[in-house]
Amino acid sequence: MPASIARLQRVLLMSLAIAFAGGAGAADIGQIKVAKGQVTIERSGQALPAEVGARIQPADVLKTGADGSVGITMSDNSLLSAGPNSVLVLDRYEFDSTTSQGHFDASLQKGSLAVISGRIAKQSPDAMKVRTPTSILGVRGTEFVVSVND
Amino acid sequence: MTSPGGSLCRAPALWALVALLGGCATQTGTVVLLPEKDGGSTAVTVRQGDKEVVLDSPYAAARQTTSGPRAYTSSPQEVEAQFGAALAAQPGRPTSFTLYFVEGGDQFTEASQQVLASVLAEIAKQPVPDIVVVGHTDSVGSAAANDALALRRAEVVRAMLIGQGYAAASIAAVGRGERELLVPTPDNVAEPRNRRVEIIVR
Repeated sequence: MPASIARLQRVLLMSLAIAFAGGAGAADIGQIKVAKGQVTIERSGQALPAEVGARIQPADVLKTGADGSVGITMSDNSLLSAGPNSVLVLDRYEFDSTTSQGHFDASLQKGSLAVISGRIAKQSPDAMKVRTPTSILGVRGTEFVVSVND
Repeated sequence: MTSPGGSLCRAPALWALVALLGGCATQTGTVVLLPEKDGGSTAVTVRQGDKEVVLDSPYAAARQTTSGPRAYTSSPQEVEAQFGAALAAQPGRPTSFTLYFVEGGDQFTEASQQVLASVLAEIAKQPVPDIVVVGHTDSVGSAAANDALALRRAEVVRAMLIGQGYAAASIAAVGRGERELLVPTPDNVAEPRNRRVEIIVR
């Protein structure tokens, strides 16, 4: 058993070294954990590749193509995943990890989105909102899906 | 009276009547509340202008329309058909491990040293792991002192993981002090089960 754990650790070391070669910036608020097909992150007008392991920052826009889907884990443990032909904007994200206080506003402009809310919504029920072009969803908890028709 | 929605809107003879009843609405989207894994209470509100629908039971749903949200009951089949791809892309739920400390210090209890092996195995399973070490205290001492102690406990565990070769940038240390007692107690009660760190692997 100890030998296999040691082996696991060695494998892990290498994968961590690769995954975190770029390091985590202070502005990082989440990470892409799942990406299939065409997925891009738009940040400050630039389109960046949205690969597994890529870090998410406030105001990022996630876009998926007709064959695309993407899943992200936020620093408060919220899980957001978008299906094909989706545009998801992370409008505002603030999280104090000591108090669990924060704000999380996201917009689904089109497509489909599955959400499991995290510590921000658990701490204060009005602190997480998901907007669509016609509605505002107040997230008291925890798991839901939302779509926006073309 | 429920609105027939888009189809009637296309029949000119009925248009005026339907419009008069406020029923000529185009559907712009759907919201469905899903069941909780642990059966806990849950709710999402859907608001448009001054109209609001509260979804608070499994598969409670709302159609977003140009004239406001309309409640209905969805089904697992409808959710799979409309949201299968989004749900398939959902990241794995964060896994939490709890380790306990001897009173007032930053040494693990003996039993908790065993839990570390499980933590390492879970980290190895993640394609791009990130790790959050959350320190907690019992209610003995001031809130400020406990914030400091909780963070110190978290930092000790973080340093230990870094010492094992994990990249520092992938491990965050957080102190929650006495805000999240595992076993609720009045202030200034020594409670071993509250002296702990959680290691969250995600």
